[in-house]
Amino acid sequence: MKEELRVKKIKDGTVIDHIMAGRGKKVLDILGIGDGVPNTTALLINVPSDRVGFKDIVKIENKTLKKEEVDKIALVAPNATWNVIKDFKVVKKSKIEVPDVLEGVLKCPNPKCITNSDEPMLTKFILEEKQPVRLRCNYCERLIDLKDVL
Amino acid sequence: MSLKGRDIISIRDLSKDDIQLVLSTAEKMETYARGEKISKLMDGKILGTLFFEPSTRTRLSFTSAMQRLGGSVMGFSGTSITSIMKGENLTDTIRTVERYCDVIVMRHPMEGSARLAADVSNKPVVNGGDGGNQHPTQTLLDLYTIQKVKGKIKGLDIVLLGDLKYARTMRSLSYALAMFDANLTFVSPKGLEMSNDVLTEIEDNFGKKPLQTTDIDAGLRKADVVYICRIQKERFDDKFEAERLQKEFRITPETLGKCKDEVAILHPLPKITEIDPRVDGMKCAKYFDQTFYGVPVRMALLSLIIGVI
Repeated sequence: MKEELRVKKIKDGTVIDHIMAGRGKKVLDILGIGDGVPNTTALLINVPSDRVGFKDIVKIENKTLKKEEVDKIALVAPNATWNVIKDFKVVKKSKIEVPDVLEGVLKCPNPKCITNSDEPMLTKFILEEKQPVRLRCNYCERLIDLKDVL
Repeated sequence: MSLKGRDIISIRDLSKDDIQLVLSTAEKMETYARGEKISKLMDGKILGTLFFEPSTRTRLSFTSAMQRLGGSVMGFSGTSITSIMKGENLTDTIRTVERYCDVIVMRHPMEGSARLAADVSNKPVVNGGDGGNQHPTQTLLDLYTIQKVKGKIKGLDIVLLGDLKYARTMRSLSYALAMFDANLTFVSPKGLEMSNDVLTEIEDNFGKKPLQTTDIDAGLRKADVVYICRIQKERFDDKFEAERLQKEFRITPETLGKCKDEVAILHPLPKITEIDPRVDGMKCAKYFDQTFYGVPVRMALLSLIIGVI
């Protein structure tokens, strides 16, 4: 891969490839990189790609992704690929897709929604449309603008 | 198709067949709702009414519905005499009350509270209004009223008039009327228009594109039914502007002169100034009949949910 000429391979960790160009920084924000998460990380921006023209790539050393992190990344980088790296080899590769139900991942922006009270509950959003992503809060039933929750 | 054991939280949860089942069952309940016949259908069953917010019609018509069917009612209206005052959350309140009754009706100021109650409760929960979100039983009785008054819903020209942005009844009613193939016109002042997500949903699901206008006269001319709700002063920074709009978006005998002779005026009530009291005695005023129809519709719903019919 051409990008390996720019950034060396990681031994163990995660590579998120085929991120829509310009969204790589958002992925780092979601993972809290640069905001208290100490893992060594490389962000490649505007990497030429045969498939999509240009793409971003994120490489994070010694990190495995949790399900809620993958679900959240899916909202800003649908169709990205998620590679688990062990001892310099890709041991698992999967496509990141927006799930039909997102539980406990986002906060509802509606201040009157019951999920913003002190009740012991998780937020829940239902995917109504994949392209563009359209989510509805399962509780207050409002359609959510992604820029209000990410 | 059955509603036994189902929660009734949002009009979106109900199919057209579900709604038709409620409406046809309500028809059979009318003589019992008027007290002309006695029913023991709900003998031994208890309805829990949890009203965290004020209500006249919803709470009393549910109470009447349960008692007309021979069941009993327990609950509260206002939280001052409950453990909520001590800081108990909704989740624990529901876990407690569900152990005392067979079905719960709840009104609560937070949006989505009824859905949470349904998640927590093993007994069916009926949403009696969750903040500005949904009020599905109001919509069911509105549909029933239109069908009673006009004999049908499909193809009618129905005008929703007033504050379409904040009034919860208007959101769920628009959805249901589009489902039943009515022709919708939305008449509201600028800034209080129906929200775009409701318009999109109506178009996506039912292929309906309601007309939208700020011109009350143009809106009313063709109407078979006018459904009006209050424009609330507290929504406006400019109180003079609010008063001007309240006068403009008001039904009077004079505005009715521009309507069809057979127009029906509906209102979820309470009405404050948006309908001239002189209209109350006119044949087009159907809003007090509408409040009565809440009883047979809620009798039908409770019976179907508990599974006694």
